[in-house]
Amino acid sequence: MREAEIKVRSTCPYCGVGCQIDMQIRENHITRVDAPFDVAPNYGRLCVKGRYGLDYTHHPSRLTYPLIRKDLGILPRKPVGLGGFRRASWEEALDLAAEKLAVIVQEHGGDALGAFCSAKATNEDNYLFQKFIRGVLRTNNIDHCARLCHAASVAGLQITLGSSAMSNSIAEMKDLEVLLVTGSNTSETHPVISTFLREAVVKNRARLIVIDPRRTEMSRFADFYLQLKPGTDVVMFQALAQVIVQDGLVDQEFLDARVEGLEEYLPTLEGYTPEYAEEICGVPAERIREAAHLYGEAGTAAIYWGMGISQSTHGTDNAISLANLALLTGNVGRPGTGVNPLRGQNNVQGCSDAGGLPNVFPGYQLVSDQEVREKFETHWGVSLNPQPGLTTMEMVDAAEQGIIQGYYVMGENPMMSEPDLHHARQVMANLGFVLYQDIFMNETGEYADVILPAVSFAEKAGTFTNSDRRVQLIRPAITPPGEARPDWVIIQELARRVEDKLGMIGSAGFAFEHPAEIWDEMAELTPPFQGISHGRLERESGVHWPCPSEDHPGTPYLFSESFPRGKGKLTPISYRSPAELPDEEYPLILSTGRVLYHWHGGTLTRRSKLDDIYPEALVEIHPRDAKGLGVSTGDRVSLRSRRGRIEVKALVSERSPIGTVFLPFHFAEAAANILTMDARDPHAKIPDYKVCAVVLEKL
Amino acid sequence: MTEKKCLSLNINGIECQVPEGTTLLEAARYLDIDIPVICLHEATTAKGLCRQCVVEVEGRRTLAPSCITLAEEGMVVFTESERVVRVRRTILEMLHASSDISHSPALQAQMEKYTADPERFPGAKKRQYEILDDNPFYVRDYSQCILCWRCVQACGDDIQFTYALGLGGRGHDSRISTFYELPMPETTCVFCGNCVAVCPTEALQDKTEYLLEKGLQHHEIRARRRQERQGKRSKS
Repeated sequence: MREAEIKVRSTCPYCGVGCQIDMQIRENHITRVDAPFDVAPNYGRLCVKGRYGLDYTHHPSRLTYPLIRKDLGILPRKPVGLGGFRRASWEEALDLAAEKLAVIVQEHGGDALGAFCSAKATNEDNYLFQKFIRGVLRTNNIDHCARLCHAASVAGLQITLGSSAMSNSIAEMKDLEVLLVTGSNTSETHPVISTFLREAVVKNRARLIVIDPRRTEMSRFADFYLQLKPGTDVVMFQALAQVIVQDGLVDQEFLDARVEGLEEYLPTLEGYTPEYAEEICGVPAERIREAAHLYGEAGTAAIYWGMGISQSTHGTDNAISLANLALLTGNVGRPGTGVNPLRGQNNVQGCSDAGGLPNVFPGYQLVSDQEVREKFETHWGVSLNPQPGLTTMEMVDAAEQGIIQGYYVMGENPMMSEPDLHHARQVMANLGFVLYQDIFMNETGEYADVILPAVSFAEKAGTFTNSDRRVQLIRPAITPPGEARPDWVIIQELARRVEDKLGMIGSAGFAFEHPAEIWDEMAELTPPFQGISHGRLERESGVHWPCPSEDHPGTPYLFSESFPRGKGKLTPISYRSPAELPDEEYPLILSTGRVLYHWHGGTLTRRSKLDDIYPEALVEIHPRDAKGLGVSTGDRVSLRSRRGRIEVKALVSERSPIGTVFLPFHFAEAAANILTMDARDPHAKIPDYKVCAVVLEKL
Repeated sequence: MTEKKCLSLNINGIECQVPEGTTLLEAARYLDIDIPVICLHEATTAKGLCRQCVVEVEGRRTLAPSCITLAEEGMVVFTESERVVRVRRTILEMLHASSDISHSPALQAQMEKYTADPERFPGAKKRQYEILDDNPFYVRDYSQCILCWRCVQACGDDIQFTYALGLGGRGHDSRISTFYELPMPETTCVFCGNCVAVCPTEALQDKTEYLLEKGLQHHEIRARRRQERQGKRSKS
């Protein structure tokens, strides 16, 4: 007899859309995934990853007990598979990890440690993690992969508006007149959001502008598809702004009431004519004019963007120039209208919200602000480090210089996601101590000294915050394999031990019984979360922060009255060409990104049936380039940059423009980031993953 | 927004008022009157295809499909008249005669409610097709398909805007199909499975569930997947 099926409502663990799912469970397996048709944000819609890609939770290679490196203490450490580790008890592994961390803190200070929290873990896990790093280890060296995706969007929106999240909810999309999608392959990276965008276009006759070097699926639905040259975004957006100003499409009333900086800003547009943009971007001036008029004359318009905007050495400028467009035309602060960086990870919004960043406590309260610090010091009963910490790649730099001696990595895979991997791996090999906590072994875990097995999203309680700031519950549906424990439980065990070894008087507080209590502590210290509790989420399914009190309904769209910085600031920018351009030796531009069927470093999706439909890396090359190189689809080719070389199969396709090849970064055996370079946006410290020079050769 | 006109009508003897633009099905649901549906799903557009939701409207010669018939002032409607019940019973009997609906609890319940006779059309030719197992995520068994069109709608303008599914064949052989009956991986399909989610029978079924029902264990399913991958050409 089969066990009866039970249904567990949860939140999809893949992307930032935050789809609500109903997992059908039988015999401790997720046998099918449905979605409720009457619940936001996805209203029954799912994509292939959410519906068919959760089987990774059952993969036989899950980490099931703690592990300790066999050749512990020998440097440089070699990357080893599971065979290089021995099984340990939780007691032994936690004691060893605590001892190593405590010794580094005692001998070199907390700033000798670097910590990676996780955009895949819950808000509660991340809150507790940063509490441990800040309150016990006394360092603010804590960061996560948001640095590598939307750091530039955050920086740009902070400067112009004082905010850093999507301004609108997903539900508002379908009622807009004009949608501007740029640097976002929405159909593959946010598939369910793309269905709502397409619904707006197909059913509700919204007009769509797509600005992207790559001919994405969304471009097929566009009224205007502007295929600009990679890295020339700023010129395009400036030219749109120039037309909007020149042709009197600005919203003067809005500018007068809510915007500042116009006088300094206007002169900087001079020279950015559509004709100049045509020269730089390769898009006909007339098309740019028409697109500017469409956006400028719309009653309601919104901008959506992805990594194509932020993962650039001028990512902050890109985000600023998009915000400028919204401010000029008053397309922000009304239902539907606004500026929307589509967040990547399921909980990248929440991880940032919970303080997983080097300069802020939960709710973006500045570490450097004494009043804020005192609030946390009082509540936690510890003294806190006033010095903002290092970002992910600054931690790599500091480790190279011997300043950082140890890493604590929870649920991240920097050894796949950092640019210029050869360099990052070298640095990791020489660290004094590496503590790794995850559900699978991956490229980062191979460098670990101690491995702590965590549980998956389907095995614990907590909350994720999706891209439109909607806090939603996850619920335990299956029992975890072996001895794996929830992240928050592991952090508590570790924190108490480190406190003990450091001889701290009194604890910062690591005695929680349930994630709901952790949320309550965070909410108490973070005004925009104060109206949200697990109990309320049980009743209402999801609440959009800011939500300052229990009777507050939450905030689906932002900035209706004012901007967090007061007035919106039109911010002058200027064009810089990308850090590395093609030349004779490396004649092609390499752009990296994702495909529908895989997720980031591939740790999850390569262990799912998703891998069956897309089992290997394919480099996308335009037919014209392919012909010149004598390459056809399926041929093995090598890709080489100044930093490294990989081998992949070719896919001849007109999606990439002439002169640009596209490579997904999911495949460890052909890791795109062997080729990319560590050239960073000066403001946001985000690396450029979209433009570097390579040479492609047929094998 | 202009204020919508209010209409008065009578359903099964109950007077009610609804805003202009309300369908008879919606009006009945306001009154908690149950009208059975087959081709309609909450995520897809009503299209009056299956005719199971027909009702009798006084003064009209033909029965009206309530999912697409708008309420009118003064209408008198009967949702379970003898004529309506007879039509519903016949629709079910014909569906049963032409397709395998045994895996649809909802249709089985309707068969029972309307005392449909499974043997009404003993000589009928059932639509029979091979099971199509051409991708890692779902299988298609068009012997179970009742041509409700929901999957085509979900793939098209009601959910996914991907348009991988359409109609193939003619007459009795009409069936849901891809262009040129191509295997799913060679179509525009993105395997969102939204078609599977709206399928009222098991014509579209999650592959894991399908294999579990065939008695395979989880580790056997994994082994089978490994086997299927061997020699599989890369996606292009």
